[in-house]
Amino acid sequence: MADEVILLDYWPSMFGMRTKMALAEKGVSYEYIETDPWIKTPLLIEMNPIHKKIPVLIHKGKPICESLIQLEYIDEVWSGTYPMLPSDPYQKAQARFWADFIDKKFYDPSWKVWGTNGEEQVAAKKELLEHFKALETELGDKTYYGGEVFGFLDIALMGYYSWFKAMEKFGEFSIETEFPKLTEWTKRCLERESVVKALTDSDKILEYAYVLRKKFGAE
Amino acid sequence: MVTGDVKLIGSWASVFVMRARIALNLKSISYEFLQETYGTKSELLLKSNPVHKKMPVLIHADKPVCESNIIVQYIDEAWSSYGPSILPSQPYDNAIARFWAAYVDDKWFIALRSILTARGEEEKKAAIAEVEERTDHLEKAFMECSNGKPFFNGDHIGYLDIALGSFLGWWKVVELDANHILLDETKTPSLFQWAERFCNDPDVKPLMPETTKLAEFARKLFPKPQA
Repeated sequence: MADEVILLDYWPSMFGMRTKMALAEKGVSYEYIETDPWIKTPLLIEMNPIHKKIPVLIHKGKPICESLIQLEYIDEVWSGTYPMLPSDPYQKAQARFWADFIDKKFYDPSWKVWGTNGEEQVAAKKELLEHFKALETELGDKTYYGGEVFGFLDIALMGYYSWFKAMEKFGEFSIETEFPKLTEWTKRCLERESVVKALTDSDKILEYAYVLRKKFGAE
Repeated sequence: MVTGDVKLIGSWASVFVMRARIALNLKSISYEFLQETYGTKSELLLKSNPVHKKMPVLIHADKPVCESNIIVQYIDEAWSSYGPSILPSQPYDNAIARFWAAYVDDKWFIALRSILTARGEEEKKAAIAEVEERTDHLEKAFMECSNGKPFFNGDHIGYLDIALGSFLGWWKVVELDANHILLDETKTPSLFQWAERFCNDPDVKPLMPETTKLAEFARKLFPKPQA
């Protein structure tokens, strides 16, 4: 039943895009409720009282917050089809480690590179390029981060894909030039319907980044 | 119980290292504890965790696992047939435990640490207020998760108990430093009693650092400006 699963999400959110990808990969139908996190609706406050942030996954009336936690939940509940996490404990730990790296290290410079200016932006760009390098090294010659199978870590990083154009534009660098292996990997991921449908158009994100830049005083 | 080549890089004073050690104890895994010297990072640490260069690092059959909560999950999965389950069995309970463990690290711990790094009384007061508010959230989390049982995980300690409980040594040290009770029996009674049970757990007790020793170490780590 579609109304068993509800997703509170905001169209530009890289975190929401991850959850949408995971639900699509598992073939789970759900009700999508567009939720602007700047406006704290009663439903958002009820479902995520601690952080009041999106995405929130609601399953049979119970909320699950934080996108990586949602991914693990989705993998455990709909375990019969397309496993997202490797079954080997060590491979699983590696996937979790790099997903954690993306959110703890990559996230900050990834928005500062378009959301700030001057010295702060320069520092953010330097850091971002280092993290992109680390992620490309981790990918190596694999088809996906999951090996032969598109999985948890691929979703964790592809969630940011719509924002790559904004990062490149304001950071003045080209991902294709600097990180060819990563670029090939994004192309493989973009062959998947679940990925394409979950992602927001990059130009729309670029426009939004411009709006936010002005809001943050970077423009 | 000899279960293969297991090493742990860490320090007696580290909360995050303690998490890994509690998990290993729960599973009765014997391991070689490679204690880092304060102020330096060993070659093995730098080689095993090139990304963050931090402890703990679990090295199992020469393969390193980093990040304390990830290590705890790894221990639970690699030795799933040994000892009790550390993560809950139900996906929803799992999600809740993970949510609150992340909250402990991203919100609660940050507030606790800012008491130690506060400059002046105003900053300290604000930090204390933040810790109290966040501890109150954890009290509610305990009610939600424990369901009347003694631990967050139910009958025996688990992932979230370990995530928060490992802070109890430092929690006491910060209380002393702030001269202010931060785990209040009247304000957060369930958490207060849980803390006693957790510290007395046989897999935890031998690892909990002695308060005076830890307070002395804290003064080294967080030196106060000369008056």
